[in-house]
Amino acid sequence: MISAEVPPPLEVDPARRIFGLETEFGLHLDTPATRPITPEEVAGHLFHSVVQWGRSSNVFLTNGSRLYIDVGAHPEYATAEADTLTDLIALDKAGERIVQGLVAGGEERLRAAGIEGTIHLYKNNTDSAGNSYGCHENYLVRRRADYKTFAADLLPFLVTRQIVTGAGCITRTPQGAHFSFSPRADHMWEGMSSATTRSRPMINTRDEPHANAELYRRMHVIVGDSTMAEPTALLKMGSTDLVLRLMEARVQMPGLALAREMQAIRDVAHDLTGTATVELAEGGRATAVEIQQAYLDLVRSHLGGIIAVTEEVEQILDLWSRGIEAVRTRNFALVETELDWAIKHKIITRYRQRLECRLDDPRLARLELAFHDVSPEHGLFYRLQSQGLVRRIVSDEAIEKAMTTAPTTTRAHLRGRFVKAASEAGRDYTVDWVHLKVTGEESRTILLKDPFRSEDERVDDLLSSLNPA
Amino acid sequence: MPQQSVNQDSYDDDLPEEVPPPAAPAASTDALDALLDEIDGNLQVNAEQFVRSFVQKGGQ
Repeated sequence: MISAEVPPPLEVDPARRIFGLETEFGLHLDTPATRPITPEEVAGHLFHSVVQWGRSSNVFLTNGSRLYIDVGAHPEYATAEADTLTDLIALDKAGERIVQGLVAGGEERLRAAGIEGTIHLYKNNTDSAGNSYGCHENYLVRRRADYKTFAADLLPFLVTRQIVTGAGCITRTPQGAHFSFSPRADHMWEGMSSATTRSRPMINTRDEPHANAELYRRMHVIVGDSTMAEPTALLKMGSTDLVLRLMEARVQMPGLALAREMQAIRDVAHDLTGTATVELAEGGRATAVEIQQAYLDLVRSHLGGIIAVTEEVEQILDLWSRGIEAVRTRNFALVETELDWAIKHKIITRYRQRLECRLDDPRLARLELAFHDVSPEHGLFYRLQSQGLVRRIVSDEAIEKAMTTAPTTTRAHLRGRFVKAASEAGRDYTVDWVHLKVTGEESRTILLKDPFRSEDERVDDLLSSLNPA
Repeated sequence: MPQQSVNQDSYDDDLPEEVPPPAAPAASTDALDALLDEIDGNLQVNAEQFVRSFVQKGGQ
């Protein structure tokens, strides 16, 4: 039975938003074994310790986040609710360390099963056969009747933001290889829909707020690339948040609706010069650089009004502006320590010069995988970062803490405390984004509909019953 | 809004230690080349086979 006394929703500052990031990892067993070993088998061994701890391969952790095996045997990590971008980035990076932390145990179990090999986990979006998997962004927005019209205003921004926040990749075609802004762009098939694997939209419109549905919707953006550099994540989520804030304040968006979004996202992805034009719905054409600049200018024009000036906002706008400038002037050095595509472009270019090879050389494909490998010792990205070649946003201490502790300012705080207390007490429990329950006849399900609420007497009472002083 | 100021403070504290100043182009060139020297041998071993063996079903 569900506990009846649900507290009323908190009054929330309109600038405050709940963010979440979901990452599907690529799972790769490098093995000399001759018999085929399926990704499902590898995932099973990888998640053995998770199942032992949580009796399931689909668990919520003490940091409030969710860890599970998704469609296609992809390990997936969904961050807990964060209400600041720095908390979000720390949680996201914590997730990489948590999945990487499963690798040694997984390899050991494979060895016991007679399979020698090395497990690699990639935070990327495509495998060698061209299959794609995603990185999903969640932004809690205030519910409104015209949600689809509202969401459609974001599409020109989402189609073109890859010139700053794309992961960058080598695209191989029968005509040869070239460097593109986004590996995900070629896998998008619709602007908006409620499907995900069958027909991938940029915005998933399934109405699943994981919150009070009278007040909120979850803007579920699934067009983004998985990114490695912390400043890229800050810009990806931060610029989208700023545009959403204007949209929620009913500011008129730049009249840049696209005629053919699927064509546009591909044309933008494959043009590193930023000069390719896309067709506008109302006639005429514009480049991705022009469209991004229009959104940036609009955000700037509301600074000090709808958008309060903070150090973080200034940092986002500065990086956004330099990213656009880097493409416009083809001076990638402007962002080569901050934006994924530029970091990757630089190292691929340098390695190619050394090898004197073509861009479709398999050694460069190998370099790309190494870049996305989340291993702190073996992953190329983390070696670049530890050499000081990539700028940081959050500290290692904050990431370390986020591996076990939820943000204290959102509902995740309640979930994290509950998971920790119930598992330490050795009790069976069920938990999801909005429910907590200790298994037992007398216990009630606690419904947590308000993601901004981090304190709740019902949870306090439940926890003290679990750990009598 | 207390949450924001708390976060801002910790952010400020972290910044000086964690964020190295952008390296001068020459220095970063050297560091990048040194890194490529280190990993080059490893990347060249069976690169094609390694890459081809990474196949998974699509996800969402």
